[in-house]
Amino acid sequence: MDLTNAQSTNIFAFATEQARTIVQLHYATLAVCTLIAMTVIGLLSFIIVKFRHQDGNPDPEQYEGNLKYELTWTLIPTAIVLGLGIATAVVMHTINPPVGNNQPDVIVIAHQWWWEYRYPKKGVVVANELYLPEGVNTLLEMRSADVVHSFWVPAFGEKMDTIPGHPNHIFYKPLKPGLFVGACAEFCGADHALMRILVNVVPPKEYDAWLENQKKVPDAPTDETAQRGKELFLSKTCVQCHSVAGTTAQALVAPDLTHLATRQTIGAGVLPNTVDNVAAWISNAQDFKPGCHMPNMRVSKEEAHAIAVYLEGLK
Amino acid sequence: MTAESLPSGQINSLADIPEYKGLWSWVTSIDHKQLGIMYISSAFAFFLVGLSFGIIMRTQLLVPMNRFVAQDFYNQVFTMHGTTMIFLMAMPLLFGFSVYLVPLMIGARDMAFPRLNAMGYWIYLFGSLMLFFSFVGGGAPAAGWFSYAPLTEKGFSFDPGITYWALSLLVIGVGSVATGINLIATILTFRAPGMSLQRVPLFVWMVLATSFLVIMSLPALNAAIIMILFDRILNTHFFAPAYGGSALLWQNYFWFFGHPEVYILILPGFGVVTEVIPVFSRKVLFGAGFLAASTVAITFLSFGVWMHHMFATGLGFSVLYVFALSSLLIAVPTGIKIWNWIATMWGGSIRFTTAMLFATAFLIQFTIGGLSGVLFAVIPLDWQLTDSYFVVAHIHYVLLGGMFFAMLSGVYYWFPKVTGRMLSEKLGRWHFWLMVLGFNGTFFVMHLLGVFGMPRRVWTYPYGQPMVAYLNMFSSLSSYVLAFSILIFFWNMISSLYKGKIAGDNPWQAWTLEWATSSPPPPENFDSLPPVYSRRPLWDLENAAAKVPEGGEQS
Repeated sequence: MDLTNAQSTNIFAFATEQARTIVQLHYATLAVCTLIAMTVIGLLSFIIVKFRHQDGNPDPEQYEGNLKYELTWTLIPTAIVLGLGIATAVVMHTINPPVGNNQPDVIVIAHQWWWEYRYPKKGVVVANELYLPEGVNTLLEMRSADVVHSFWVPAFGEKMDTIPGHPNHIFYKPLKPGLFVGACAEFCGADHALMRILVNVVPPKEYDAWLENQKKVPDAPTDETAQRGKELFLSKTCVQCHSVAGTTAQALVAPDLTHLATRQTIGAGVLPNTVDNVAAWISNAQDFKPGCHMPNMRVSKEEAHAIAVYLEGLK
Repeated sequence: MTAESLPSGQINSLADIPEYKGLWSWVTSIDHKQLGIMYISSAFAFFLVGLSFGIIMRTQLLVPMNRFVAQDFYNQVFTMHGTTMIFLMAMPLLFGFSVYLVPLMIGARDMAFPRLNAMGYWIYLFGSLMLFFSFVGGGAPAAGWFSYAPLTEKGFSFDPGITYWALSLLVIGVGSVATGINLIATILTFRAPGMSLQRVPLFVWMVLATSFLVIMSLPALNAAIIMILFDRILNTHFFAPAYGGSALLWQNYFWFFGHPEVYILILPGFGVVTEVIPVFSRKVLFGAGFLAASTVAITFLSFGVWMHHMFATGLGFSVLYVFALSSLLIAVPTGIKIWNWIATMWGGSIRFTTAMLFATAFLIQFTIGGLSGVLFAVIPLDWQLTDSYFVVAHIHYVLLGGMFFAMLSGVYYWFPKVTGRMLSEKLGRWHFWLMVLGFNGTFFVMHLLGVFGMPRRVWTYPYGQPMVAYLNMFSSLSSYVLAFSILIFFWNMISSLYKGKIAGDNPWQAWTLEWATSSPPPPENFDSLPPVYSRRPLWDLENAAAKVPEGGEQS
């Protein structure tokens, strides 16, 4: 995948209010740590230059310690780390307050090796591309369908593990619109490296329009190839795993394809979403994402193309 | 030197000792020195293997979307890299140093339980071979060195790799506990007359602390491993949430072992530099009491920090806060050590031998590794940085730039004692400077890769992030320099073994008891021992005019 049109993945290029707070704490902590490191390196450099052995040097004076020094380098660091501890608690409370009775706006369900996003308040299910409204503090619930994954968009600040049987929560208040990318951060098996995250932050109006569209059942295909593609899709094993609203395909194992054409990539960020790529993916997804759970579908080129045309008509 | 402290007879190399002749004498040996050499040699052999895995990984990451190796193989490689380096390289290396040096440093003839010592080595060796057998026995493990459940459950890892991983770590873990008990018994009961616990060299003191950590933390891993074996073989569900088990249970068990493990690895390294720095600065250790006490503080605190590996797993607030505080506090005793080492060097007359160079580089690199660790204790920063390449940088600064550099300092320092020959200082300097360049080049930029959003354990990374691509290439190229420096080191050891300068008993004018016998020491170590009035018996002997402390000889 090419990420040229995405926003920076630098953790200091904050894009949420939470990340901005973290970055401020980060600069402060870095300053303290850098100061300590420079003191150590500076002292050692001085020692290396000044106290090097020269022939004829007498043995240096032997002294076994100095209580005042020991207290200095015990108490000052203790004060520093206690200060950092207080800052830690304050920032933690600010960015990740208790969830209480709040219902999540989005439920993130990590799968081997793709992302499912549910909007329970709107009844919308999408895959691999998350939409968030700009300027709204959004509560996400993190779940896993199989093993431990971790949801990490560097520009958003906090990452959160998705642990089976242990739902987690996280707040993001995005500050600016754009495409933000990330990746699964906890090793989760064969395709861990190809489990990319894409987040579109859009103004609230656009967000509502997008949700409305995702709720709609897509129009039935009109052109011939697409109609044949739909028949093939519904008669093959596709329906054992995928679902498309308004059809008999209602399985929950693999990504929901209801509005596939509105997404930028397929395979969780592996390929750009085009008819040719979808056809190639259907023919053998293992070529692009070896080890993924979508098998070689054993369809002809023409069949793959027809299915791809159908799916790319789902807007 | 006075003649009375020296053993009779001329021993200048291992070949001069009839008891050590022939392969059979090694295979059947219960001699702590032979077992120490075998531990260290095996550890270095596994270091080469682990390094090769590292080079495969760096080559795969040289450019974006590289196809140098397949991702299944890559996943096996990074799992085996971590497992090999921690369990088959670092722990045996420190056990090798410990069983070789501890009896010599405390003036004993051998370990308390010599046969247990041999058992520890042999089950380590065969346990390690079993792990590597997995490559031909159905696939190597591929779930990372900490094998998070439920990925390790049979439903997600059907190949037998994880079973091999668990079985061999269980075997090695039992051996480690045995060696830990052995070291504790030896240090507590086999000390020379006059050597109270306050007078043991600090290396021995830190090995004692490490041994307590070993016997208290490894059982947690062993227990967890038995549970995952039950899950995989007997269809229990300890770690399978789909059947009512808990994924976090494994993480708690593993890190309850895993964090003390970090200190198990680093404390003997601290011990080595604590011996090396005073000798080459020609000064008595500064603040020895504080160095000893801070070791005890680390030992206790290290059992209360494990959850900082789990800050992003959605724990409760109070738990998070307690573990943030304990993780921050453990920086204080670690810092005390750094300052005392610096104070020991201050005002000294420092000879920058290769051993001392490695100890100095250790100080700087370990400081960087320790400070990047502080960032992880500040929880909101941990949420940013954990599971990114920043962690990879941190662990390598602590374990490679810290622990392994310290151990290399120890190799340059004690090689003359072990073999009777000096290592080449010229090759040593090449090794040192190339390794410093290669190490920092490879791993410093990984901090930045983490900052630029690269997760760890990825087989490849996408196009379109130029900084990520440049930094990866820089890191990979530097790793080749690092590997080359290691080759120089091995060449230095092999050639010096045959052609090195004869060392003599005490080439560094050091002060601890191991230097009061021949190089290499005879089978039962000492003909006679100098009296012990302080941590520096040979210094006292040289400066015989120095007062005998009040209280005199202790028993």
